[in-house]
Amino acid sequence: MSYITKPEVRHPALEENALGLTRRDYEGAMSTLCAGCGHDSVTAAIVQAFFELEIPPHRAAKMSGIGCSSKTPAYFMNESHGFNGVHGRMPAIATGANAANRDLVYLGISGDGDSLSIGLGQLCHAIRRNVNMLYVLENNGVYGLTKGQFSASADVGSVSKRGEVNRHGPINPVPLALTLGATFVARSFSGDKKQLVPILKAGLTHKGFAMVDVISPCVTFNDHEGSTKSYAHTRTHNFEVVQTDFVPLMTEITAEQDRGDTTAVTMHDGSTVMFRRVAEDYDPTDREAALSYLRASQAKGEVATGLLYLEESGADMHACENTVDRPLVDVPFGDLCPGSAALEELQKEWR
Amino acid sequence: MHPTDVSNPDYYHKVVDCQWACPAHTNVPEYIRLIAQGRYTDSYMLNRESNVFPGILGRTCDRPCEPACRRGRLEDEGPVAICRLKRVAADLRGDVTDSLPKIPEKKNGKRVALIGAGPASLTVANDLMPHGYECVLYEKHAKLGGLMRTNIPSFRLPESVLDEEIAMIIDMGVEVHLNSPVESLKELLDHGGFDAIFVGTGAPRGKNLELPGRYDSDKIHIGIDWLESVAFQHVDSIEERVLVIGAGNTAMDCCRTSKRLGGTDVKVMARKSRDLFKASDWELEDAEAEEIEILENHSPVDFVVEDGVLKGMNFDIVEWREGEDGRLASTTLETIFIPCDAVILAIGQENAFPWIERDIGIEFNRWDMPIVDRKTHQSTRPEVFFGGDSAWGPENIIWAVEHGHQAAVSVHNQCQGIALDQRPPFGMNLISSKMGLHEWSYSNDFNPENRTPMRYADLEKRLKEMNVEAELGYDLEETAREVERCLNCDIQTHFTAVLCIECDACIDVCPLNCLTITDGGEEDDLRGRLTAPAENTDQDIYVSEDLPQTKRVMVKDEDLCVHCGLCAERCPTAAFDMRRFELYIPYAGQPWPTTISTAPTTSL
Ligand SMILES: Cc1cc2nc3c(=O)[nH]c(=O)nc-3n(C[C@H](O)[C@H](O)[C@H](O)COP(=O)(O)OP(=O)(O)OC[C@H]3O[C@@H](n4cnc5c(N)ncnc54)[C@H](O)[C@@H]3O)c2cc1C
Ligand SMILES: Cc1ncc(C[n+]2csc(CCOP(=O)(O)OP(=O)(O)O)c2C)c(N)n1
Ligand code: SF4
Ligand code: SF4
Ligand code: SF4
Ligand SMILES: [Mg+2]
Repeated sequence: MSYITKPEVRHPALEENALGLTRRDYEGAMSTLCAGCGHDSVTAAIVQAFFELEIPPHRAAKMSGIGCSSKTPAYFMNESHGFNGVHGRMPAIATGANAANRDLVYLGISGDGDSLSIGLGQLCHAIRRNVNMLYVLENNGVYGLTKGQFSASADVGSVSKRGEVNRHGPINPVPLALTLGATFVARSFSGDKKQLVPILKAGLTHKGFAMVDVISPCVTFNDHEGSTKSYAHTRTHNFEVVQTDFVPLMTEITAEQDRGDTTAVTMHDGSTVMFRRVAEDYDPTDREAALSYLRASQAKGEVATGLLYLEESGADMHACENTVDRPLVDVPFGDLCPGSAALEELQKEWR
Repeated sequence: MHPTDVSNPDYYHKVVDCQWACPAHTNVPEYIRLIAQGRYTDSYMLNRESNVFPGILGRTCDRPCEPACRRGRLEDEGPVAICRLKRVAADLRGDVTDSLPKIPEKKNGKRVALIGAGPASLTVANDLMPHGYECVLYEKHAKLGGLMRTNIPSFRLPESVLDEEIAMIIDMGVEVHLNSPVESLKELLDHGGFDAIFVGTGAPRGKNLELPGRYDSDKIHIGIDWLESVAFQHVDSIEERVLVIGAGNTAMDCCRTSKRLGGTDVKVMARKSRDLFKASDWELEDAEAEEIEILENHSPVDFVVEDGVLKGMNFDIVEWREGEDGRLASTTLETIFIPCDAVILAIGQENAFPWIERDIGIEFNRWDMPIVDRKTHQSTRPEVFFGGDSAWGPENIIWAVEHGHQAAVSVHNQCQGIALDQRPPFGMNLISSKMGLHEWSYSNDFNPENRTPMRYADLEKRLKEMNVEAELGYDLEETAREVERCLNCDIQTHFTAVLCIECDACIDVCPLNCLTITDGGEEDDLRGRLTAPAENTDQDIYVSEDLPQTKRVMVKDEDLCVHCGLCAERCPTAAFDMRRFELYIPYAGQPWPTTISTAPTTSL
């Protein structure tokens, strides 16, 4: 925490996007997290992704629950909508908001405690409904905000700062999302923005629920030796399965991006995700194969990262419910709720 | 690129742009902090240590530090008013008698002659007296100070300020001979009984303009001679219509002085265009504020004198173009006549050494200048040294002071039998400025205020009399505001690679995108792939040792860092720390300064 705020002064050569905004215009209040927290780096990556995608801040909604991770929406995009819900209940609130106004860009920020402990049921249903949102799960293996108790994502054998060994098996959000039918599943690391930013951009562009599990070390309670969510452990066990490049619509794919060993997936809005396989035979469009690969990799203690699964043809919540294209907030009240006379008329059909 | 060696004092010194640009390496940010704390006397003494004449320089310095100031690169509003703040310290200081160097009663038996009483000679005396040297000063004029006395007008530099700062040196026990021009150096060498002689006689001859009519009127003056006559009150008036030829510092002083002595229509006539003038912008602005007209591209043709009366001058109006050889060449558009009653020639100064015999072992080059070693100031006769304007032509006060310091080191070595090239090296100290969890021993927030403008004495009042000081100086409120604009560039972002866990916190928080963790590489390549490309190659980039986890390196572009300390504040391991850098400048017989500042310190 810092008593001075980040000064307004900027680099004179700071780049502007098509909206005339710089990266600094996507920043928020000064972070009050511990110095060195992975979550702050994720915040910086989110700022970068929104800046590069040229999303007007006022067209985005930041949804979160409780936890250090869930506090971070205060630290970026001051001018966006936001809702800080009760612990673990963000998915339901995001679902409701999305149902009411499908035109905003939804970004959910959560932690492993918020999503996998208290909020697990909520998360599962948001995936199942395929709510159109980017869901960033800042995963540090502990409840940071309440001083470092093991969370449901802690690995067996992982040692707490005080020396206790965790004996419960972890809930791993990646296979969980795959099993529940998520159409966009990725894992990344807060310390690798080169990988994280394109994944976030692809997730924001994806139509449907995009789960991004970000290993984001808790520098205060889970960055010691014996932790499996520390900076050092993540770096030594990280294995990038696929490399991802995000190419926005109307942008040419460069030779460096298309090196022959790449597969391109076209997103619903016409942008492209380029995959470059690193692990042999890994196919990020084959759910079953991906699942079995990741199970084996998890058993070896690897932290498999990359955009691990992508399916662009899925129907999101609004498609399933067959709602109107127009956001419900913009539909005149009289049309949304035609009154008792109309109800009467409707009920006649079933009499 | 190899890891940067920050134990070499030059590296961090260069980050302190103002200190690096100051010929005498004045510790600017520290003296500004002392002013901010109301410690004017300490600030004055810190200044005095390197620049010797803070009161004089706080008004008249050429200020090479200001164009160098980092703030000038961040915004249009420009640098910190470094020079004006120096004056604040000098104006508000208390009695410094007890802080001045102590002079030993027992002398060391070495006698040094100083010829000319300008800032160069005075600095040599200042540096040698505390070590027991006997200094004997010879001055042609009846008063001390050199051009500071005879040429810088009193509306820019009050006599009392000059007197006081010269007295601090003379009162150390310098033997002074006024009205004593040295007419033969041979004589002094042969019969003076000196172990060393320092020549600080300046560049005393004003350049002439040999054009038709030059000697037909007595209303055509040489600028520096005319200013000298004014200073010694031999001249106290001038005609109404005055033309000043030239556009350098001397021209500015001549026109402004004319305005005060009866000139009502004063014009500065320059051959070149304004962007090529030698005078600084602020001098031009000051002159214009006093209703002086500055005409560019007017090349003098002749003086028009009728019946012994000066009527005016003819000028070619010229246009400048770059020729094929890359040099500027002029074409005349027309010739015009401008009437006037007096002309002052201010087109430059030259050295002249009629009093130095050419057969005493002092070699002169083809421009009739003595051959002087750039570093040691020694002439080809080992015991004779040159400094100030006499060494390599006209410069300014702060260079004269620095020459004085260096010459004093040489004189000391010479007298003590130490080789002249064995000069004491620069040293440094680094002290953490961390005071608590979120507290630093300096004011680290960025102050977005614009540069504080100077207030001037009422125009009518100041033009009435020569010795009404034109600039009023900053009041306390203005001072309090201006000190906060300083970026504290001496508080360095000191990095310890082994501590870094590569969490990126510093990179994410830095408001100026100074930091990058990336793979190592050659400098040119590295500069291109940083968070913000490091395009200003005048500024260094710092490269760390390999980082423990990924073997990448931390790179910092020093160019625009505002020293806000946020990188250190957001660093979980104190891999970044804000450390106050103190440059130890060696002086004659004294490898480290005596008055090291007393800002709060914590252990490393
Ligand atoms: C009009 C004018 C305005 C200036 N304004 C500024 C300014 O605002 N800021 C700035 O930094 N610089 C200014 N300068 C330049 C600055 O004054 C000089 O660079 C500086 O004074 C040089 O110092 P010095 O010690 O080398 O010699 P000087 O100051 O020139 O002193 C030399 C002394 O030696 C004496 N002398 C000469 N020959 C003999 C001899 N044979 N025997 C004994 N004594 C002798 C002279 O009488 C003189 O007193 C200005 C110069 C001029 C002409
Ligand atoms: C209903 C409820 N139960 C418990 C808590 C206490 N609590 C606050 S944050 C938190 C865990 C947060 O962990 P996580 O989501 O992993 O966030 P982190 O701080 O690690 O980023 C808990 C249990 C609460 N605020 N509300
Ligand atoms: S407690 Fe852990 S998760 Fe919370 S801010 Fe500190 S480092 Fe981050
Ligand atoms: S002090 Fe640190 S954070 Fe502040 S501008 Fe300099 S490098 Fe950036
Ligand atoms: S904040 Fe400290 S530990 Fe983190 S990357 Fe920067 S220097 Fe390294
Ligand atoms: Mg957590």
